[in-house]
Amino acid sequence: MKNQRSGLVYSAPITLWLTLLFVAPTLIVIVYSFLKKGIYGGVEWIFSVEGYNFFSSSYFLKVVWNTVEISVVATVITVLTAVPVALYIATSKYKNFLLFLIIIPFWTNFLIRIYSWIALLGNNGLLNNILIKLGLEPHQFIYNKFAVILVSVYAYLPYAILPLYSAIEKFDFAIIDAARDLGASKIKAYIKIFLPNIKPGIITATLFTFIPALGSYAIPKLVGGNDSQMLGNIIARELTITRNWPKAAAISTILTIITVIFILVLSKYDKGHKGGEI
Amino acid sequence: MNKKKFSLNMFILTLVFLYLPLVVLIVQSFNSGKGVGWDGFSLKWYDELFNHSARLWKSFRYSILIALTSSLISTAIGTLGAISLQWYSFKHKKYLQVISYLPLVLPDIIMGVSLLILFTSIKFKLGLVTIFLAHTTFNIPFVLFIVLSRLHDFDYSIVEAAYDLGATQKQALTKVILPNLMPGIISGLLMSITLSLDDFVITFFVAGPGSSTLPLHIYSMIKFGVSPIINALSVILIAGTIALAMSTKKIQKYMVS
Repeated sequence: MKNQRSGLVYSAPITLWLTLLFVAPTLIVIVYSFLKKGIYGGVEWIFSVEGYNFFSSSYFLKVVWNTVEISVVATVITVLTAVPVALYIATSKYKNFLLFLIIIPFWTNFLIRIYSWIALLGNNGLLNNILIKLGLEPHQFIYNKFAVILVSVYAYLPYAILPLYSAIEKFDFAIIDAARDLGASKIKAYIKIFLPNIKPGIITATLFTFIPALGSYAIPKLVGGNDSQMLGNIIARELTITRNWPKAAAISTILTIITVIFILVLSKYDKGHKGGEI
Repeated sequence: MNKKKFSLNMFILTLVFLYLPLVVLIVQSFNSGKGVGWDGFSLKWYDELFNHSARLWKSFRYSILIALTSSLISTAIGTLGAISLQWYSFKHKKYLQVISYLPLVLPDIIMGVSLLILFTSIKFKLGLVTIFLAHTTFNIPFVLFIVLSRLHDFDYSIVEAAYDLGATQKQALTKVILPNLMPGIISGLLMSITLSLDDFVITFFVAGPGSSTLPLHIYSMIKFGVSPIINALSVILIAGTIALAMSTKKIQKYMVS
């Protein structure tokens, strides 16, 4: 009964949909990145690599650096925080309730979560009001790199905790006891046995944090300053304000390539684990 | 024991970190003043929200409409796709595996940009239809993977038994496979409703003038002068989320797993 025709029937809608609305647009972006910029936006159908000449721009290189720096720092902080938190939840008697506590903010609308930090750290925010009440000088806490990293950690932390939790839940802690019986110190037992065993969770958590961070648009736009704009902001600007579509397409293409390379490298370290654990 | 203590401390710190900004919003929503300083208790921002924010409610209705339609379509398409990948072989199987995995791992903005360029280059008018198409597209892979993970534990012999007893292909699907797969399908549906209601970046690119969803509306409120109405709106949204999550253990179970 498992014949090829039924396979075609079941797979046709998804294949068609994703081909038309995912594969085709991605290919169009790659094609556009090699065309000439139209005078009023759009493109002219003449081959050109002008879209890619941004590497000579020092501003662009700075934004690339910002993007990498912010994404790496936010990912490292997020994963380092998420491991002990997930460990605590997975070994607790009340794991469902604790998980629930972590997930509530995760369900809260993404923009509201960004906004809540503006209310807290903004120039007219709560923290500055407290400083003024205390007779201290107000301080600009947002519109800088620090704010972008902080809000990114806030936004992605639950994404990192969940895959780590499911990896730790499967871990048999009796192995740690065995290692201790055989003379390993507590710290050594955790580093040598616990961490390698939850590697799939660490890799998924890293992916779930680093990739959305790389493509950030709203966070740097709302809480970042001129020194902390990221690639996503340039893409949007080229698309909507400067209207240099080949350039926007070229940067998108580069971002796609960086992401794919990153996934390939990570999945090499992650043998036997099927990615995209949800 | 110090390992446990360390992780407990990290857990408490994380909870404070996650909830402090939300608590500030909740308290501020009852502040009668426009600023942050406390000017006394008032429900006036809730009054503004419910009685004087017509455009906000319009974008809210659009959000619900898009979330419901796109999640239903993507659940149907994704579920069939998962069944095909789990049980059948066909020529383009490898291709389907790659194209259904990639949207999950590429940054949102890539899909937003490419869909905008696609729609514009074929002169397709931006608006609710393009938002619906975009949301369905990013939801399909999530549904596919959720349903696929349930199918791993699915006992195919009950389908074979149905065929042996004379079931047609269609009967096997509607009377045996789908009912048994329902928990996975509902998880996928809830996940896509949530993702659709939450999406900002992709919608930002494919929404035409006059077709903003709630996240787009909130974005413009934040960007063009913060209004305390957002505080009240946030409280309603957070309360709604918690109420929905608590209302039924089942929903909670589906969302967590």
